[in-house]
Parts: sequence; structure tokens; C-alpha cells
Amino acid sequence: MMTASQPDSTGHFGPYGGRFVPEVLMAPLEELELAYREASADPEFQAELANLLHHYAGRPTPLYYCKRLTETLGGAKIYLKREDLLHTGAHKINNAIGQALLAKRMGKKRIIAETGAGQHGVATATVCALFGLECIIYMGEEDMRRQRLNVFRMRLLGATVVGVKNGTRTLKDAISEAMRDWVTNVHTTHYLLGSALGAHPYPMMVRDFHKCMGIEARADILQMEGRLPDTVIACVGGGSNAIGIFHAFIPDEGVKLVGVEAGGRSLQLGEHAARFEGGTPGVLHGAYTYMLQTPDGQAAVTHSVSAGLDYVLIGPEHAMLHDQGRAEYTSCNDADALTAAQTLARTEGIIPALESAHAVSEAIARAPSEPGKVYIVNLSGRGDKDTDIYRENLPELDAADSNPTTF
Amino acid sequence: MPQTRIQQLFERTQKDGRAALIAYLTAGDPTPEKTPEIAATLIRAGVDLIELGVPFSDPVADGPVIQRASARAIDAGTNLPKVLEIAKQIRSHSEVPLLLFTYLNPALHYGLEKLAADAKAAGIDGVLLTDLSVEEAAAFMQPLRNVGLDTVFLAAPTSTERRLKLVSEYSTGFVYLVSRTGVTGERVALSETLGELIAKVRAVTTLPLAAGFGISTPEQAAAVAKMADGVVVGSAIVRQIEQDLNGLEPMVRALAEGMKR
Repeated sequence: MMTASQPDSTGHFGPYGGRFVPEVLMAPLEELELAYREASADPEFQAELANLLHHYAGRPTPLYYCKRLTETLGGAKIYLKREDLLHTGAHKINNAIGQALLAKRMGKKRIIAETGAGQHGVATATVCALFGLECIIYMGEEDMRRQRLNVFRMRLLGATVVGVKNGTRTLKDAISEAMRDWVTNVHTTHYLLGSALGAHPYPMMVRDFHKCMGIEARADILQMEGRLPDTVIACVGGGSNAIGIFHAFIPDEGVKLVGVEAGGRSLQLGEHAARFEGGTPGVLHGAYTYMLQTPDGQAAVTHSVSAGLDYVLIGPEHAMLHDQGRAEYTSCNDADALTAAQTLARTEGIIPALESAHAVSEAIARAPSEPGKVYIVNLSGRGDKDTDIYRENLPELDAADSNPTTF
Repeated sequence: MPQTRIQQLFERTQKDGRAALIAYLTAGDPTPEKTPEIAATLIRAGVDLIELGVPFSDPVADGPVIQRASARAIDAGTNLPKVLEIAKQIRSHSEVPLLLFTYLNPALHYGLEKLAADAKAAGIDGVLLTDLSVEEAAAFMQPLRNVGLDTVFLAAPTSTERRLKLVSEYSTGFVYLVSRTGVTGERVALSETLGELIAKVRAVTTLPLAAGFGISTPEQAAAVAKMADGVVVGSAIVRQIEQDLNGLEPMVRALAEGMKR
């Protein structure tokens, strides 16, 4: 039996994870861990969480068989876990509801969060509106530009969006700025971290709030196919949607788990965000894990067309699954992700988020050579937020007289 | 192990009935060539201990002033080998105690065993790893201790009694008190809770205590000097370097004045 009881009591996944933060944050992290453990064991908390996930967010989400996509590719059967159908349009709401309930329980009335693609920011702004909490979202200015729609959605929901001008002006810098806020306002504030990364207990807690994805998908595929899938595929930025869908399948050793990182423009350092392509273990943002870094040990510049995957670190549980060989990690470049998004749109009528399109691309690449196999792809978010990027990259569809050829 | 320069310093200042003035510098700001010269100015003006900050791409515990300094230093080509080179140059002219102040990642990337040996050889006396908690510290600090470097840890207003005990056990040389929750940077008013923190830490250790974060004016420094064994000034000095290097010596002299009790 592998990894089912990870992390250990000090937050380590094998050698990875842990708690590497300035001393000011150590006691608050201990307090958060204690509150989380108590809430997890409290039937009332669990009932309130389940109720909101069902009636407010829309769980369980369907597992959908992509008949046309499968037939078009002529190989493995492809199922999608439809997290894109959740309220706010991505899996991020699972964790946002969970942590907001926890913050309420801890008496914290001010919520801060970072966001890359804006999906976690929107989910956080949404739950803050729902619970009447003050909400401040840190977002890199580059990401504000490329995910403008989500910036507006957050503001419409009553959140303050703070643009971060430091560094690469993307997710890494937004997390650093959120940590600085937390260090300063720790007595009143809960940091609602949006991915399975950072200092313990975040990687464990965020995974736990998302593991419903894998539990539901596993039950559904057993019913629909009468067996477990051969392969489960998910994109990996920090890694929350991937760990959420992988987790229930970890003990099923015959099920291949595939994480897809952002291959960007090329696999040269600075052109991508694939941490297992040249990254090495290091410490940043509270945890020891794989990280893209310069020869001097500085965080490297990253790039991805998808803001949600454009991040220098991978969550520590993924680092462990990688080293154990329990999950395999690959990458998909910008161009292939854009193509996969179009393919899915035209065969199934589903426009994926650019992040999720990376996972779809991997399925498209593998399926033709694996007839008889069954895949589950985590469709972690919907693509509305990426309309501007799709338009920029597909100018031929944006012309006044454009009529695309059909499949 | 023989006494380090840090331990000798606090023995001396305690005997003299004054506090030690500790200056933080981002090494390599504005350039690696300038730092030894700036250090010489600080020593001349009365600084007792220099914290040499290793610039990091993502200084999560630092406010805007030190963030800017870190970016300038990195742009000027500063890395850990260059910081050790800077230390060596300072050491060739002075016996001032030097504390290497760094986020963990550059040190890890360099290799802790190698860093311990090279830092010792460069004349560095101790190391403070900003984002190394005592829980994680055991494996990381042993190589530093083995070569006789002091290991300094942070105590914060949020630290529980259990944590303060651990911080004191793990620290040698002195304990660094974070005088307020927040990032580094100048503040108008001194933290009201510093006295309380000093009392809590004194109850669990006999090590000297130095307080930093948010101390910038001579008045604030003098007030802290009455309570603590050392007073750390960082952002105010880094800002002075950023704005007007010529003003550094008088500025630091005014701070040093306040160390007498």
C-alpha cells in the first residue's frame, strides 16, 4: 500500500513538503492545522461542507464519455470529469468553500488569496460574498492582463484585487505578496491558499478538500465501464486538480496516473513551467519540492500560455509521487494545448480552460495507440475566461466573415 | 569550540553596559564591488556586527526597501560565491563579527556542507536562515555547527512558549527577536509588544537578545537598546544606501549614540 497515510505528522511527503516559513507564521500554521484536524473530525462541519458542495457548488459532477472525440481518435475511450460544470467554472470552489468554512470557525473575518488564472480568486471572492467576509486577492499584473474577465468577476463579487508588480508579475509573485500580507495581518486574517502547495498543512488540507473528484470519478467509472480506468490524466500547476483526482486511485496500482505540466514555448529554462524537466528540489513558499531555479539558486522565470500552470514549484505530494514512480509527469506545449482546446470544442461542444486543455492534449496524443483502454481526463475548468487568449491565438476565427471548417 | 566573534562581542558590550548595534546590508547592493566599502563606513560609524544579506529572488519576509535592494544586487550579478568573496574582503580589514543572513534556497543550492566550510574560511561567524523553522532545522544546521559557526534563529511575537524554548535551544551567539508581526521595513512607532517578547525569551534563555524589524530612527534604536542586548537596523540603512550613500556615516553614528544605556 503506497502513500495513503501521507503526509507524516510533520507534513512531509517522503522528503518533500514540511514547513519552511519565517517564525512569525509558524504558530499560526500550527493553529490552522489543529483547527483543520478538529473540523475534519466534526460531523457538523462535514455536513455543512457536503451541503454546500451539493446545493451551492453543484457536486457531484458528471463523468462524461466523449463518444465523438473517442471515435475521431480511434483508440482509447476518453471520459471527462466535468469540474468545469461547477459553480464559478472550475474545481477551485471545492477548496474555497472548505477553507472559508474553516476561517469562519476560527473567527477570521479577513480572507486573502493569490490567484494565477483567476479561477481561485473568483472562487475565493464567491465564498467571501457568500459568508460575508472581507476579501483581498493578490494577482500578478501580467495575469491581470491575460485574465481580465476574471479580474472583473472578482470585483463584481466585492473583492479587492491587488495587482503585483514584482518579479515576473505572475502567480509566484502573487503568492509572495500574499505571504507578506499574512505575516503582517496574521491575527485577523486567513490565507486561503489555492493549490496543494505551500507549508504544512496546506498541501494536505487542499488535497483533502479536492479528493471528492477522484472518489466520484472512481465510483462512476466502475458503474459505467464495470472496471477501473487504465489512465487518469490531469494538468499540474501547483497540482490541486491533479492530486484531487489522483488521490482515490493511488492504492489502485494498475491505474496509471499522468500529470501534465506546462511545456510553454520550449523546454529551455525560462520558456516553460515543467518542474520535472530540469527542476531540482529546493525551498520556496513554505515547502521543499521540485523547483525551476537558476544556477545561483534563485527562482527561475517561467512561461506558459496558461496563467494557472505558469508557476515555478510543484506541490510536494507530486514530488513524492514522481520520485516513487507512482505517477508519471509529462509536458504539453502552448501550441498543442491550443489545438487540443479546439479539438474538444468541435468534437464535444466543450470549450476547456487552457490549463485543462493541457490534459486533454495528452489524452489526444496517447489515445490512438491504445485501443481498448479507458482514460479519465480531469476537465478542471471551463474556457470562458480564456476567450481573449483564444482570440489572440486564433485570429482566423475572429475575422468578420470567418466560417471555420468543421471536423 | 573557541568563542566566535559574535559571542565575544556580546560579552564585551554587556561588560560595557551598552547594546550592540547590528546593521543589515543586502550584499551586492548596489554592486558587489561597493559592499566592502559600505561595510567599512558602517564599522567606522560604530556598527558592532554586520548581517550580510544574500539577495534572493523571492524575499517573502521583506518589505519593499529590501526587495528593491535584492533585485538591484541580483541584477548586478550577486550570488552566494560573490557574497563570500565580499565577506573575505571585509574580514581582511576588520574583525567585525559577520552574520550571513539568507533564505534557505540559495544556501541549499550551494550545498550546506560546502557553504559551512567556505563561509568559515571567508571569515563569517554565524548564519541565520530566514525561512528555516526549528522543526526542520536539525538536518540543516549540523554542518554549520560542525565548523564552529553560530546558528541564529528568529523568535516572533506569535511564537508560543514551546517554540521560544526551541528557538533558544537551537540558537547560539544570540537570539534574533522579530519585534513585530510583519515584513522588514521602517515603522513610525515602535512595537508595544517588544518588551513582553523580551521578557518571555529571557525567561527561557541566557543568550543575548537582539531585536529587529521596524527599528529605524535613533530614538527607536535608543529605546530598544535599553531593553535588548542588540539592536538591528536594516531597511533604514538600506534605504540610506539607495538614496544617498554620503549620508550613511552620520546616520549610523546617530544610531550608535543611542546604544549607551
